[in-house]
Formats: sequence, C-alpha cells, structure tokens
Amino acid sequence: MTSTTNSPGATAVVEPSAFAGLETRGAHAWFGKHHALRDISLTFPARTVTGIIGPSGCGKSTFIRLLNRMHEFIPGAAMAGSVLLHGKDIYEPTVDAAEVRLKVGMVFQKPNPFPAMTIRENVLSGIKLAHLKRSNHDDIVEQCLTRAGLWKEVKDRLTASGGSLSGGQQQRLCIARSLAVEPEVLLMDEPCSALDPGSTLRIEETIKELAEKITVIIVTHNMQQASRVSDYCAFFLTDGGPGYLVEADSTRKIFTNPADSRTADYVQGKFG
Amino acid sequence: MTVIYNREDKIFRGVVTGGALTSLLVLGLIGLFLFMRGAQIFSDKGIQFITGTNWTAGSGDGVIPDDFSIGAMLVGTVVVSLIALVIAVPLAIGGALYLEFYAPRRIRGALATLLDLAASIPSLIFGLWGIQVFTSFGERWAILINNWLGWIPIFSVEFENFGRSPFIAGCVLGSLIVPITTSVAREVYSRTPRDLVDTCYALGGSKWGAIRSVVIPYGKSGVIGGAMLGLGRALGETVAVYLLLNLVFSYNFRILESEGGNVASLIATKFGEATEYELKALVAAGFVLFLLTLVVNMTATTIVQKSTPRA
Amino acid sequence: MSTSTTPETVTEVQPQTPWSTPRAAQAKSGTTLLLSALVAAVIVLFTGVAGVDGWAITFMGLSLVVALLRTAKTGSKERKDALMRVVITAAAVAAFTPWLSIFGSVLLKGWPGIRINFFTQDMRTTVPDDFLEYGGAIHAIVGSLLMVLIASAITLPLGILSGVYLTEVRGRLTFLVRFVVQSMSGVPSIVAGLFIYTTWVTATESFSAFAGALALAVLMLPTVARTAEEVLKLVPEDLRAAGYALGARQWRTAFMVVIPTVRSGLTTAAILGVARVIGETAPLLLTSLSNTALRFHPFDGPIASLPTYVFGYLQIGTEYAIARAWSGSLVLLVIVFILFTLARRFGGKDKR
Repeated sequence: MTSTTNSPGATAVVEPSAFAGLETRGAHAWFGKHHALRDISLTFPARTVTGIIGPSGCGKSTFIRLLNRMHEFIPGAAMAGSVLLHGKDIYEPTVDAAEVRLKVGMVFQKPNPFPAMTIRENVLSGIKLAHLKRSNHDDIVEQCLTRAGLWKEVKDRLTASGGSLSGGQQQRLCIARSLAVEPEVLLMDEPCSALDPGSTLRIEETIKELAEKITVIIVTHNMQQASRVSDYCAFFLTDGGPGYLVEADSTRKIFTNPADSRTADYVQGKFG
Repeated sequence: MTVIYNREDKIFRGVVTGGALTSLLVLGLIGLFLFMRGAQIFSDKGIQFITGTNWTAGSGDGVIPDDFSIGAMLVGTVVVSLIALVIAVPLAIGGALYLEFYAPRRIRGALATLLDLAASIPSLIFGLWGIQVFTSFGERWAILINNWLGWIPIFSVEFENFGRSPFIAGCVLGSLIVPITTSVAREVYSRTPRDLVDTCYALGGSKWGAIRSVVIPYGKSGVIGGAMLGLGRALGETVAVYLLLNLVFSYNFRILESEGGNVASLIATKFGEATEYELKALVAAGFVLFLLTLVVNMTATTIVQKSTPRA
Repeated sequence: MSTSTTPETVTEVQPQTPWSTPRAAQAKSGTTLLLSALVAAVIVLFTGVAGVDGWAITFMGLSLVVALLRTAKTGSKERKDALMRVVITAAAVAAFTPWLSIFGSVLLKGWPGIRINFFTQDMRTTVPDDFLEYGGAIHAIVGSLLMVLIASAITLPLGILSGVYLTEVRGRLTFLVRFVVQSMSGVPSIVAGLFIYTTWVTATESFSAFAGALALAVLMLPTVARTAEEVLKLVPEDLRAAGYALGARQWRTAFMVVIPTVRSGLTTAAILGVARVIGETAPLLLTSLSNTALRFHPFDGPIASLPTYVFGYLQIGTEYAIARAWSGSLVLLVIVFILFTLARRFGGKDKR
C-alpha cells in the first residue's frame, strides 16, 4: 500500500506495490443526483486486512458495495471510475456480475442466516444459489465452519435451524456461508457492531486467520478494532458533500504518525 | 387506576357503547336466528340433511313427503371452489412475484391500480362475462381436456355438453378470487427482509434463486392465508354460479359435466316458490354455508395476521 | 498506484450505469419478442390451434425456446432464471387477462346502449326486446342510490360508534365486538339476504327498498366498523393526551380532537362500505326484487336496482335485453371505479 494524501495542491509520489488483487481507480458513487463518493483510488494487496475507517455518513458502506457490484441494486444508483480485480475492470459490459460476487464475498452488519434453512443448508446455500458443482458437501461444511471458528460448537447439531444460534454464532455462520463459494476477497460491513465484546474478539481472531488465504476489507466504526485487526487502513471523510479518501497507509503509520492532521484527530478520538 | 367519569362523559360512553352493542347484536344475532329458524330441519333429518342429495318439495297432502338435503349442493360448493383455488393460487403467486420483482418500474404503479380495481369488480359482472365471453373459450378447453385426459374419472363425461360445467364455473370463480389472493401475496412478498434477498445476490445467485430460496419460503403462510380468503369468497358466491351452473341434485365429481350447483345458488333459486317447510330447509342450508365460510375466513384471518407482524 | 486530485477537477466526471442493458441489446430483445409473437400467429393460422388463447400458449412456448437458446452457452443457473422469468410473466399475464377482458367487453358491449334515454327513462312502457332508443335504467339507478343511502344512514353511525368504542372507550365488550365484527365480514351475501327475508320481509309481507337496504346494511357494517377502527387506531396517543391535558373531558377530546383528525379516514371507511355493497345482487334478489317503474318510496313494494336490472335482463337472454345488461354493467362499473378512486384520494390525506 502506498501512502496517499488528498490535500489540495499535493502531487502524489506513486509506486505500485506488491501484487494487488483488488484496486479502485477514481471511483465515484451516486444515488440519483446525490454524489455520495468522490474519486476513491485505493489498492488492496492480496492476503491482507484493510480497515476502512471514518465517521458515519462518509460513504464507507457505499464504497465496499462498489467492490462486489451490489451498489447497482439500489434504484437510481450510478458510478464512475473503475474497479479492477486481477487487472480487469469488473464493470466492463462483458463481465458477469454474479461471477464477480462469487470472487468478492460479503458479510453484512446484522447477522442474517437464512431462517428457513438448517445450519448445514445455510453453509451450502451459496453453492446451491450459484449452481456450483461440488460433490464433497460434508467436507465443505466442515472446512468452512472450521475456518469461521464455529465447527466445534455446532458439529453435532448441523440440522438445527440457522436462527437458533446466538448473535455471534450467527455471524460466524454467515462468514462460513460466504467462504463456501471460495471467494478471493471478503468484504465485511461493520460485522461486529451488533455483537457483544466476547463475540467481537472471536470474530477478530477469525478475520486474522482468514487473511492467511484471502484478502479482507472491513468497514468499521471502532478504531480499536481497526488497530487490532487490520494491516492497512483507509480513512474516509466528508465535509457534508461526497465522501473522499483522506489517507491510506499501514495501520501502524495511521495510528502513530499519520500524514494528515485530520487523520490524527480522528484516531485520537477528537471527533467521529 | 380506576377512572371516575363525570356525567358528560358517562353519556358519551353510554352512546358509544350503545352503538357498538347494536352492531354486536345485529351481526351476532344472524347466526343465532338462522339456527333457530332452521332448527326444526336439523331435528327432523339430523345428519342426513348434510349427506343426502334429494331436494323434493312434498305435495302438501302427505302423499309425497318433503325431503330436503344439501349434500349435493355442499359437494358442488366444495368442488367449484377447489377448482377456483387450483387455478387462482398459481396465477396469484405468479402475478405477485411479477409485480414485486419483474415488472418494469414505470408500469408497476399502473398494474397495482389495475389489481385493486379488479378486486372491486362486482361478481355479477364476472358472471355476465363468464356466460357471454368466457364460455366459448372454456368449452374448447374442456373438450381438449376430455379428449386427452378423459380416462381420468373426474375428466370423463356422460353427456358431451360442456357449457355449464363446474369446470367453467370454477374458472370464472378463479379469476374472481385472483385479485384478493394476489394482493395478499404481494403484500407478504414485499415484506421479505431486504437483507436476505441481498445476501442471495452477494452469494452469486440469480433473481430466481433469491426468490426460490428466500422470498417464497418467507411468504408461505401469508400466501396460504390469502388463498383461504379467496376460498371463503368462492364458497359463498351466489350469482356467478347461479348464472353458470344448472342445479342438479346428485353428487357430481365429473368437473366437465354440465351439472352441479352450490348452496348459495340453491337458496337463490328456490326461495321464490318455497313452501313454509322448504323455507326452513333453505334457512338451515344458509346456516350451514354460514358456518363453513365462517370457519374458513377465521382461519384465513388468523394465518394472515400471524404472517404480517405490525411494526 | 493512486491519484491525488483537487476538488475542482473531479466535477467533470459523469455518473454512469455500466450495468444496465445497452440500447442495442434492448432493441434486439424487443425485436425477438415481436418475431416470436408473429411466428406464433403463423403457427396458429396453419395448425389446428385455435383462438387467442391458442396463440398465447404458442407465444409462451416460443418464448421458452428463445430463453433456452439464449442461455445455451451459460450455466444452469442462468437458464433456470431465464425460463422462470418467462413462466412468471406468463402467469401474471394470465392473471391480468380476465380483468382486461372484462373491462373491454363491458366497454365495447355496453357502450351502444348508453344514450340519453338510458339515464332518463325507465322500463315501464318498454318491452325488453325493444330497440335501445326506448326505455332506460333510471329506475334502477335511483333504486340503487336509495337503498345505498338508507343503508349508509344506518351503518355509518353504528360503524363509527363501534370504531370509537374499540379505540376510545375500550370497555368490557371490546373483545366480543371486535370478534363479531371480524367474523361477520365474511358473511355470504345470500345469507344476509336470507336473514332479512325471513325476518323483515316475512313480517311486513312485502319486498321493498327498505328491506334491501337492511340486507345491504348487514354487509356494509363490518367493513365500515373495521376501517373506522383501523383509522382511529392510527391517531397517536399523545394527541389524546394533549386533549386531556388541556382539561377536556373524554367526549370532548374524542369529538374535537380525535375524530376531526381522521375525518378523511372515516370518509374512506364510508366510501369503501358503499363500494362493497353497491354491486351486490344476491341479497337484493331476496329482499327488494326488481321492477320496471321509477319509484322513490322505500316501503312500497319491489324496486329495481342496478344489479337486479343487469341480472334480470341477462336472464331474459334476447339480443337487446343482453345489450341492456351490458350497459347496466358499464354504469355499475363506472360508479364502483369512481368510488374506489375517491377512497384512494381520501385515504392518502391522513398520512403523516
């Protein structure tokens, strides 16, 4: 990750980093006439955890929805710029959006396992929905639940309803569900904000383990969480208009010696 | 905390309670009254009233006895209503899904208005349209069904006269109850949590995948409730059936055959020249019909209320 | 790699929607659709498949084939999605077609009979077989209006009072009242007619407009009471609290604060009640019958109404009689639609 600043007049010193699986260049987002995101250019190196931080309302959730083509489901949505996965723009007309979503998975803020399905069916639901041909369902269930840190707790009750778990367990089930379709990138939209501190810590451990194989991008309100969990951080801000990127760098740098004074103020809790 | 009301308020409360009480009495008495008026028939004939198929007015001098039973008409009621349901439910589900998930945004409002307008069309006009416009289509389909599937007993016929069959009446009743079932189904489908639908897409699913995995299971009880509301409507339908079916007093399960009738049209047909005793039989029939629709409607309302939580 | 931009240069970027189908593709699928429709028509002409319904089914079959061909190279998920899209659209079309057919038939077949004399004359001197320049339906229209007016005069006060009872007074009978109102809204209309027949009509030994109005009232009451209750329930509790806090008694609060707030909602309740019963035929067949001369007296014997007018002439079955039935249906349908639109207009006014 290269460091960037968006202060007026500055020119960037740019060096392409190591292999970056996901990258945005000049991404904008609109809802109808409302300009929500302005000119976001970020690089997400493979197998790292990047935290997207910033006060509420600056477009963080909108941004990650650009990354898996979920933004377009909102009526009146529009965008500009490019989002590159392995160097190819996912918004090109020839690209199948559903394929993109298989490679870029998402875990939502409120745990939402499918209520009408068992735990096992929940984990396999992505495979069924995407019509993927897999013959080793049992292995997949075990692997994904293990990676999500849930296997030991539910292995004897895979046929219980998805809704019978606690909040933290439900969220880990949702993580397992996303993992089943073998994504390369996992987007997480404030995944712990509805959970208790104990569950939060467990999920943070899970995130760090997941990053050994895939790239994780996590939107979070909680700065301590960002500092615990992420390798890189991107700080978003808004002045009442569209959200924009202030600074993006390694977590250590953002939290100890950020380049922009606004970043320093934010991480010290002076606002937001 | 007990509230003490002063005189003005007491008058107010008295008037309001009086009004509510009157409504209660008027509506509640209907069932009671019908039962009492028809009670003699029940004591005379017992369960045979419901199972027998004759409806003969006696000759008055005791030579030919009165013999009234509604078994055939009950069967007819149920058969026609079931046909209506079988036709209406798939169409209603399809219509609701289309309206909620597939219709282009520009025509969605117009279609929703059309749906509401259709729910307000009086059943008499359905009957008129049924006879004058639909029957020729229905007959053609009945002939086709009889040709290809006539080996199945319910599709066989004794006389090749298809124009006034439970099938045609069922089709017309079906289109009568589609609006209400579609409205209820659409209401339920629109309440599917956005989260769950989004998750289906986020996992790489298609629109139909999301519908099948999430929307339809979520809306199951609501749709059942809507179907039962439609069933309740069909059970009590008088005019359309009266116009489309000949009253024939025998159990008829051959839906393409031109005989049938239902309890409501029986009452409408016979009341004019009914003797005193026959009238009591008609009242008893009305009471049975009333109970039937009451049970169905109450079940329906309970199911629909359970599936639509008030925010 | 990243860019640093100043705010001014960014405003040149235009919002785009790269995911929406480009014009060319839209035109292509539109043409395919038209072509399948034409091919289906050709097939219908040359084979034994008959009628509009035959064409519709052939068209649907062709659309399925097109969907299959389009997704031949993609996976099973896309194929199923495309096929189900055709099936669901077909089901929706099948659901909507009867209503469109009804609107169309009523308009086409009822219009020829709509002349001045339809609204100014009755049928006392005209034989059903006469040409449509003679006779009219004013007696039926007036009859319907009369009965609906009487029924409303009975039902509206009772229904609104019941609604007020359930929401404001909330006495001991609440559960019973609500339960009875709920269950009676499903009463078959013929049973309501039978009830009035065996009571009022038998006791007074006459059919009359009043008897008809009574039967309609029985059907109207649950609708009005339930809608009134729902509308009153929407009034926020703080509004009432404000009324009491100002020292007003309960009845004053109810009358001067709560009810005026929901005036349009209550009007909607009334309109919905009327719309519900104005097309009812069955109960009137047992209570008010029908007649051929214009009359205004509510107690003076059988009286015509729009539904029984249509019903009667349909039964006669000759060409001009049926034409009159269609015309009567057209008037009835127009009235119902006007009521329905009014209800919608009023229903939206109370929204906060």
